[in-house]
Amino acid sequence: MTRLSKAFPADRAALIAFITAGDPSVADTLVILDALVEGGADIIELGMPFTDPMADGPAIQAANIRSLSGGTKTADIFNIAKEFRTRHPDVPLILMGYANPMTIRGPEWFANACVSNGIDGVICVDIPVEEDDSLGDALRNEQIALVRLATPTTDAARLPTILNNASGFLYYVSVAGITGLQQAAQASVEEAVKRLKSATDLPIVVGFGVRTPDQVAAIANVADGVVVGSAIVELIEKYGKDAPAAVKDYVASLASAIASAR
Amino acid sequence: MNEQANSFKNQPDERGHFGQFGGRYVAETLMPLILDLEKEYRAAQNDPEFSTQFDDLLTHYVGRPSPLYYAQGLTEELRKAAPEGKGAQIWFKRDELNHTGAHKINNCIGQILLAMRMGKTRIIAETGAGQHGVATATVCARFGLPCYIYMGSKDIERQAPNMFRMKLLGATVIPVESGTATLKDAMNEALRDWVANVDDTFYIIGTAAGPHPYPEIVRDFQSVIGKEARSQMLERINRLPDMLVAAIGGGSNAIGLFHPFLDDKSVKMLGVEAAGHGLDKEHAASLSGGKPGILHGNKTYLLQDEDGQIDEAHSISAGLDYPGIGPEHSWLKESGRVHYDSVTDAQALDAFQLLCRTEGIIPALEPSHAIAAVAREAIKMDQDQIILANLCGRGDKDIFTVAEALGAEALGTDI
Repeated sequence: MTRLSKAFPADRAALIAFITAGDPSVADTLVILDALVEGGADIIELGMPFTDPMADGPAIQAANIRSLSGGTKTADIFNIAKEFRTRHPDVPLILMGYANPMTIRGPEWFANACVSNGIDGVICVDIPVEEDDSLGDALRNEQIALVRLATPTTDAARLPTILNNASGFLYYVSVAGITGLQQAAQASVEEAVKRLKSATDLPIVVGFGVRTPDQVAAIANVADGVVVGSAIVELIEKYGKDAPAAVKDYVASLASAIASAR
Repeated sequence: MNEQANSFKNQPDERGHFGQFGGRYVAETLMPLILDLEKEYRAAQNDPEFSTQFDDLLTHYVGRPSPLYYAQGLTEELRKAAPEGKGAQIWFKRDELNHTGAHKINNCIGQILLAMRMGKTRIIAETGAGQHGVATATVCARFGLPCYIYMGSKDIERQAPNMFRMKLLGATVIPVESGTATLKDAMNEALRDWVANVDDTFYIIGTAAGPHPYPEIVRDFQSVIGKEARSQMLERINRLPDMLVAAIGGGSNAIGLFHPFLDDKSVKMLGVEAAGHGLDKEHAASLSGGKPGILHGNKTYLLQDEDGQIDEAHSISAGLDYPGIGPEHSWLKESGRVHYDSVTDAQALDAFQLLCRTEGIIPALEPSHAIAAVAREAIKMDQDQIILANLCGRGDKDIFTVAEALGAEALGTDI
């Protein structure tokens, strides 16, 4: 079993927490990551900041700008990963971001950097299956998952294409839209997760627009994992350097909602 | 190799790749939609009714064919400074005479017909200089579809007349404050809108870039420029030009002129990027100063740093102020078929004034870049040689920008 597959408990859904690397600074990110783990996050999604985050809503756009304005470089992100891996040997770390920063030095360079810094998986927003042969092959050669995404626009004809060669988990983007804005109707999430589960044995993780403990609990009832991002990023925006305590409390409230969900 | 394999016109491949460039780098939410768009475009290509309707609108609404014009005044002016026997004849394809004042309308007519074929009821677009926004607002008014235009707030400031035009035409203009508040950010915002409104919305992309099949679609609709120019040239003087010149931001007017000539081996081609303050300073010349990367749905040359973060572009021309370029141009550069060069803000301003004075034509700042390159090339060529440049837009929208750059005093008036 990989570190990633072990992170999905049998008796409850996994809590997946997203933050943007380098927001508000590289040093603060390490402390915030500790807070996420202490609060009860099972898996971490670490956002790689990009100048043009076209799938993100206002909260994560602003986090990208804060990080890049502070001078965050790709090397800093891998340094954060390396330090995180030392501090938290068992917590999976997923890099999430856009194709250009991931491929600019070549897919092999990126895959090697992921391996040597303890990254377990990669989510690339703008590499669909049709374009995944170069980055996808490079990562799969290193046993790193390039996580596939299903969305409300994924119909029965498209789903097998997405599942072919999928690994790690399947990320269900619960709203057709950008991060942090609309919330999906619970019924539509339940119907989608049921449909996806009948097509794959991979864990199904649900994200986009998930922010309250009640929502997290409802999704945890049906899915194998729940992703919360913008709501945490908004706390970091609000509290800056003092964010770790608030982040830990908030994540703990989500974790306890999950614990009592099933 | 057979003729097809030797052709420069056989791109893209079935996955939308122009060599290593192009492709479909979009969020999964959009994939089913762009696959649908491709299917619908193939059907339209095989539907004689579609081309009949397209051609009819180009003739009676846009005013095509646009004239092919021998610019005698400019030719003679440039010969004054040329070495003995030098100074090529300069001809213009007059796409600035189209309805709405630029080549952008050609593509908008085609795309709105596609949108209606697909049953879409809401139109979005991005715009830089505002020409594509005006053209999109125009076809939306013509066909009665609601229209939302994303425009960088910096561009709204420098292209106020076009902002007003779009409003008159009934479009909603949404100012974009994020990032650099220019064309690339307007495109990000349009993509965010699209992904949230996939069911009813058609995105009319204005340049030959974005995810496949957009670069191909835009090229095909704009190829009317080169097809007309080629047959007009043969009809008028029974020969092809020696060189084609066009300005390039995303590259839609250039690919529209170049594509029908790509297999005419005797015809050289020059694409002109915006060198802004100079290639060693802030500029918008992705091919000269960038390297391959992935942005806005395609792989192409981009201005970016070593981490793949996108750099700010700069050009006095809002329509060229973009850190990328259409993927077919990246491929044509690497294949060597088209030569690419650049022209600074200052050189473009000189060319703008030169054309005003020698031809009585006020060009947009975008083709002013092409005119500056034409002036540079013409004096190196023999007098019996021919340069054909695309005059892709008129300059009414730019007169305030030019006045500011030159200073009202330079014009001897009080503006």
